[in-house]
Amino acid sequence: MTSEQIRQVIIDILERIAPDEDLTNLDDSVAFREQMELDSMDFLDIVMELRKQYRVQIPEEDYGNLVTMDSTVSYLEPRLKDVESAV
Amino acid sequence: MKYDTIIIGAGLSGLAAGIRLAYYDQNVLILEKHTTIGGLNSFYRLRGRNYDVGLHAITNYAAPGTRTGPLAKLLKQLRLRWEDFNLTPQKGSAVVFPEHRLQFTNDFQVLQQEIAEQFPDQIDGFNKLTFEIEQFDDTNLNQPYRSAREIVQRYITNSTLEDMLFCPLMFYGSPTPHDMDFCQFVIMFKSIFLQGFARPAEGIRLILKNLVRKFKSLGGELKLRGGVAEILQKDGKAYGVRLEDGTEFECDVLLSSAGSLETYRLTQAEELTRPEPEPGALSFIESIYALDKMPTDLGIDETIIFYNNAPRFNYAPCEEPADLSSGIICSPNNFEYDNPELVKEGAVLRATVIANPAYWMNLSEEAYRAAKEEWFPRILDKVSEKVAPFREHIVDTDMFTPKTIWRFTGHANGAVYGAPVKHRDGQTHLDNLYLCGTDQGFLGIIGSMLSGISIANLYVLSRM
Repeated sequence: MTSEQIRQVIIDILERIAPDEDLTNLDDSVAFREQMELDSMDFLDIVMELRKQYRVQIPEEDYGNLVTMDSTVSYLEPRLKDVESAV
Repeated sequence: MKYDTIIIGAGLSGLAAGIRLAYYDQNVLILEKHTTIGGLNSFYRLRGRNYDVGLHAITNYAAPGTRTGPLAKLLKQLRLRWEDFNLTPQKGSAVVFPEHRLQFTNDFQVLQQEIAEQFPDQIDGFNKLTFEIEQFDDTNLNQPYRSAREIVQRYITNSTLEDMLFCPLMFYGSPTPHDMDFCQFVIMFKSIFLQGFARPAEGIRLILKNLVRKFKSLGGELKLRGGVAEILQKDGKAYGVRLEDGTEFECDVLLSSAGSLETYRLTQAEELTRPEPEPGALSFIESIYALDKMPTDLGIDETIIFYNNAPRFNYAPCEEPADLSSGIICSPNNFEYDNPELVKEGAVLRATVIANPAYWMNLSEEAYRAAKEEWFPRILDKVSEKVAPFREHIVDTDMFTPKTIWRFTGHANGAVYGAPVKHRDGQTHLDNLYLCGTDQGFLGIIGSMLSGISIANLYVLSRM
């Protein structure tokens, strides 16, 4: 997947776990938490959805990489480079 | 047969936990001892009428599109839509004491206004108490016990107002007499006064039906008449269950909504090797009056009335078979439905009083029937003092006691809010066995589902 595809995967996951959020003006360099109502249960869901859809395992000590869209995409890029996008 | 996770009990917490796990591709089995789902919140049909077992109102109301709070969190976690619960807000409720009547709605300012008018020297304290409650993190699973009475008394110095605030919160969720854990008090205060009451016209069956449909669509298995006889264990680890019919199932993780004492007993099939957890002691008698007219047509407009006739509100197990000094009167019809005709229960009033579990549990069949005959009219007399006359309009009745609750849920003493000591982290004396539901400690309909979700997240999903 390209970084653009990975970004779309994350957007799709966010839409699924927070259907009432408007994501059109999401700032990729600002923490998700500052822009949306996300708690620790929601972060668990981002991790679990990635695992469910793309079989990517994210150990708990790496959760810190999922703060912003930019950091999430760069963390996932090497892990998803050989994976076909489903979106 | 081996499962990733087995869940004991197809009530709200078990079904919610099951949905979470099945959604993430776990192989999940829910075992329900009874012939139908719902546990403490089920539904039934009697002489052509539909009834909910115990539902008065669902607390934690939030308007459609609300992004924060327990209801929003729950819907997100279960991937359900707001319409799946179809919650309709209440019309208005009241706490009625001998000298005072406090009305409240889902708009918190109504309660503030009432207190300011009737207890003018208490309103500052009440607002400060509300502020402390709003700041308190009730989702933290490691809050230590603190007496709610002690904290409330720091802000509220009038004992009548103190009792009037405790009255609905205790009636709708306290497993402990006289006082509550402050954390439980906060959960109840937020869910009743700050968020408020709502109800689907279809009653609890709509929510249960949507939970089961979701669970099954994700590949989850539900087994009714699947009572567990024993929790299988080896070297301090639970690894499965043996059913009453002898079937054995193995699993990696076992979640139990049976209650702390009841679960503990399932692990000790032969002899008890350690002190048992204390059972709950607070249970109720509920009388149901089916009417030939809507309550509002009879002049009964409140959604719920919490009343107390005694000098002090005494929330405690009673010596008498039933405590007639206080109670709840609810009309499931008095919510802001677009079409009140859709209310599945029809025109109905429900009345609840505290009961003595030991009395009702130990009666012979014949004496039990006689006791119901004796107490039904006595309760009706008390209820009739509190609302406009409706007796002439009763077309059918039903009544349940602690014994009924015990029979259908297996909860010792028919305890509606479970054991006095909660296990907020869900842990038990066995590895791989965790509690969810009433004895984990989240309260109410929304709370019980969040209990299942939290425990599934904590001990299964975040460890996958």
